[in-house]
Amino acid sequence: MRAVLVANRGEIARRVLRACRRTGLATVAVYSEADRDAPHVREADQSVLLGPAPARESYLDVERILTAAHRSGADAVHPGYGFLSENWRFAESCARAGLTFVGPPVEAIRAMGDKAGARRLMAATGVPTVPGSPGPVADAAAAEAAAGSVGFPLILKAAGGGGGIGMARVDQPADLPVAFATATRRAQAAFGNGALYLERYLDRPRHVEVQVFADSQGTVLHLHERECSVQRRHQKLIEESPAPGLDPDTKRGLTEAAIAGARAIGYVNAGTIEFLVDGAGRFYFIEMNTRIQVEHPVTEEVTGLDLVVEQLRVAGGERLAWRQDDIVQRGAAVETRVYAEDPEKNFLPSPGTIARLDLPHGEGIRVESGVEAGSVVSVHYDPLLFKLVARGNGRDEALARMRAALDATAVEGVRTTIPFLKRALDHPDVRRGALHTQMVDQGAFR
Amino acid sequence: MPEPIKAHITGVVFQIPAKTGDRVGAGDPVIVLESMKMEIPVEAPRAGVVKEINVQEGQTVQEGDTVAVLE
Repeated sequence: MRAVLVANRGEIARRVLRACRRTGLATVAVYSEADRDAPHVREADQSVLLGPAPARESYLDVERILTAAHRSGADAVHPGYGFLSENWRFAESCARAGLTFVGPPVEAIRAMGDKAGARRLMAATGVPTVPGSPGPVADAAAAEAAAGSVGFPLILKAAGGGGGIGMARVDQPADLPVAFATATRRAQAAFGNGALYLERYLDRPRHVEVQVFADSQGTVLHLHERECSVQRRHQKLIEESPAPGLDPDTKRGLTEAAIAGARAIGYVNAGTIEFLVDGAGRFYFIEMNTRIQVEHPVTEEVTGLDLVVEQLRVAGGERLAWRQDDIVQRGAAVETRVYAEDPEKNFLPSPGTIARLDLPHGEGIRVESGVEAGSVVSVHYDPLLFKLVARGNGRDEALARMRAALDATAVEGVRTTIPFLKRALDHPDVRRGALHTQMVDQGAFR
Repeated sequence: MPEPIKAHITGVVFQIPAKTGDRVGAGDPVIVLESMKMEIPVEAPRAGVVKEINVQEGQTVQEGDTVAVLE
């Protein structure tokens, strides 16, 4: 590998460019017309205009990206996260074009991209999954039959949709027929498809994920866990490592399951296996992200390792530079995501121009930003502006540093999630590490 | 009384579920905007009949723009 095209924008594009520079690789940035003045464009050795602002005509356009790689002389592509990062056809197109895809093999992306198939595959390897019906159930009678093995409380989910629409919680068998009829009607109205499947309802679970890393020589390692329970509508807002108060047996079970899962699909490079953990310490596979994660810095801060540099090395065919026993969590780290969203208006997007930007600095503070003063925050892309990461000798110190960092941060011109993040960090349950995925939606931080 | 329906955020028109002449209820989506990867409905503030649709799919609208008129 000589030159890496970074097929992304914002903070992750800058993060990857930095790792390339650290390893002596030449860099190529790509950008849309909306991003002409974006920092990532200036920081690369070369930059190539892809096309108009809408992502499908720029950052999601495979042909334009391959052409940019060709013209610029890049021989590798790092997809970042989002956009084309988990699109197996893109990875395959890169390979066909003779480009090294900095990520897992095409087949691993494909296997984990089919979310139902991924759960079946993991269950077959002995990784626990949330008990549920194997597929959609035909009618209320079939639902009753399936409910026996799923158990109560259960949740009815629309097979054709998402976003919580059509979902109904059922606490006891007697409630099932009416709930089934209602949820079918709602799913039909929302998605044109009334099919429902059943899943065990987990009450206030935690989201704990395991960072895995594998090389093409067959070594599979884990880099411990991250706690990402503070989230809304599946968008994470605060992440940390270690997961506070995680039972050692649960932790061992999680990391062993993650390694077994990664091995089963012939995984190579960085990946994350996500689990829900219930109050009794039982855990269930949710999905695998076959790419670098937004929250990878918390793992870097506690392990002292550079995940993106290692992604580049492994993609170049090198062995992992680490041994499992050397990978230790030291202290604690927390990350907050600052989005251009208005937390007082139910997180409504807040595009605009950043008139002023004061970012924090100091001991244990790291900032990963895609924007600067004067940046235009466009309606066309994800609203993530920057991430703040705080490290400490322990969790309390990391949280205190984060709280001070948020106070030292000022953004004018767009609304941000900062007021929400401050309230969350001040919340007694967050401070004592009593976290679950339903906190935000239940209004804990209003 | 005709009443303008205004976009409450800046975004791109993603879908137009209502047509001119449709009877809508309070809270029904008239236009769906896409902004920062989210789909955000612009809802009818009250029951009525859609008198005008002033936007097309793919068009960018600013916060405060009139996207439709209710009668």
